[in-house]
Amino acid sequence: MSETAEKIVEVKNLVKHYGKFKAVENVSFDVYRGDVFGFLGPNGAGKSTTIRTMLSLIRPTSGELHLFGKELSSNRNYILRKIGCIVEKPDFYKYLSAQKNIEIFARVSGVSVDKKKVQEIIEFVGLKGREKDKVGGFSHGMKQRLGIAQTLIHDPELIILDEPTTGLDPQGIIDIRNLILQLKNERNKTIVLSSHILSEIELIANRMVIINKGKSLVQGSVTELLNAQELIVSFSVDNIEKAKELLQQANMQQLVNKIEDNNLLLHISQQEIPVINKLFCEKGVNVFSIESKRKLEDYFLKLISA
Amino acid sequence: MFWRSTYNEFLKIAAKPRSYIGVGAITLIIALILIALKIDGHNFISFATRPFEQSLSFEGNILNGNLVAFIILQMLIIHVPLLIALVTGDLISGESAMGTIRLLLTKPISRTSLLFSKYLAGCVYTFIFLLWMGFIALVVGKYLFGTGDLVVLNSDGLIILQDHDLGWRFFTGFLVSYLSLVMIATLSLTLSCFSENSIGPIVSTMAVIILFNIMGALNVEFLQKIQPYLFTTHMLAWRSFFEDPLPVDKIVSSISVLLIHIILLLGVAVYKFNRKDILS
Repeated sequence: MSETAEKIVEVKNLVKHYGKFKAVENVSFDVYRGDVFGFLGPNGAGKSTTIRTMLSLIRPTSGELHLFGKELSSNRNYILRKIGCIVEKPDFYKYLSAQKNIEIFARVSGVSVDKKKVQEIIEFVGLKGREKDKVGGFSHGMKQRLGIAQTLIHDPELIILDEPTTGLDPQGIIDIRNLILQLKNERNKTIVLSSHILSEIELIANRMVIINKGKSLVQGSVTELLNAQELIVSFSVDNIEKAKELLQQANMQQLVNKIEDNNLLLHISQQEIPVINKLFCEKGVNVFSIESKRKLEDYFLKLISA
Repeated sequence: MFWRSTYNEFLKIAAKPRSYIGVGAITLIIALILIALKIDGHNFISFATRPFEQSLSFEGNILNGNLVAFIILQMLIIHVPLLIALVTGDLISGESAMGTIRLLLTKPISRTSLLFSKYLAGCVYTFIFLLWMGFIALVVGKYLFGTGDLVVLNSDGLIILQDHDLGWRFFTGFLVSYLSLVMIATLSLTLSCFSENSIGPIVSTMAVIILFNIMGALNVEFLQKIQPYLFTTHMLAWRSFFEDPLPVDKIVSSISVLLIHIILLLGVAVYKFNRKDILS
């Protein structure tokens, strides 16, 4: 994210205590316009509390919350007009149809109910043909889609999705992920996505913050954060012994992490991958595949266990 | 935004099955009373007028639609609060229980506006409920039993009110009983702000009514001092419109106590709802 991009969320030293229980201890992060921002942390880290505070569902104990350049508590309605959200599971009025639910949330979002627009959004989230059905009969995946539909009804600039794939089957997860990417690519929305599913953040987000025990540990570009880390790279080769010998000759034997079947696992940086590949190829060791093992999961586990 | 939100609240109440439980129950109860009075009403009247038979002679249609409506209103005004609280006690806590409160409070409408839009919708529901109750008691009662003068028995003795003098009394009595039920709606809505489930505020409302009624009935010096300030003491203030002469001071006092309770409870509800952390 370039430094000139507009900062639309600014959370500084956020603290929320419930009596003696410290739900959020010190969380700070910034979200820029156009970001798909990953909000990553294990269960109980304080993600939902932070998100609820950003949406004025919870009053913070201390800290600063600025959205769209304005302080939240004194500009609540102005800010909420620009936000669409799902907080935890998407709950609706079960005794009303999908369409009626959307209309109800449209009215309190400050827009007049435009049946055409409602229909268009219902189609966008893939619920065409089910709009007249009562939500009580919807699956969790369908409710999640309807949740996304209600976030879009007033055309917000920022969409906040708290654990949007929790409880979904694999196909549902893929569908919601694709919907999020469509929101970013086709509708130019800024998205804050909270999740404890690491692969999700890695696949979708361009920037992220990692929080644990109510504290933000690190924030930045997902790619930069991951590239700054050493990788565990698995080289699948035809001759393990020869490969090991070559590394020893090149004074690189300390890089060997372990050997699994015909795979040599090396503890190296991203820049060293082509160097080693070249060495093996030039000295007659055939490389069948190279797979980077260090992903967000390792980085995340390393951070939260520190 | 307030009116849009109020419209939403009307839609929700109208679509919720529980809104019809009260209306159905009251229709059934009144129908049973009407049938019972039609079958055995004259025995009931004889029993009520027996102490006066030696000094008075009753002629004409005593068991008429006016008396039937008066009996029904008197019998039900104590029980109706439960049926009102069933809907109004669910207005906030029901949203918490369903989880929809999370979504609703992330919309650009102030919490106070949302609370008042719910309150207004609850008051309209209460009005429709009472209107329906009054309609079947008075209109159906008159259709089945005819019309005539109203004979009312109170602590001062018998009062006979002429048929042509009853219209305004039923109307104003209806308005004051509406105020009593609005008081119940306010109490249950306020309790609803403290709860995360639907049952709590409904049970609590009934518990408060029962407790206050017991406190109002006990002949203890300390309680007698606070009895005039209990809202339950004024729940039957509508009956004052069927006295002659009209006890204006008593009526004004009852209306004042009910209004003060409503304002205080609304203040508590606004304060609590605005400061509430949404954790459901």
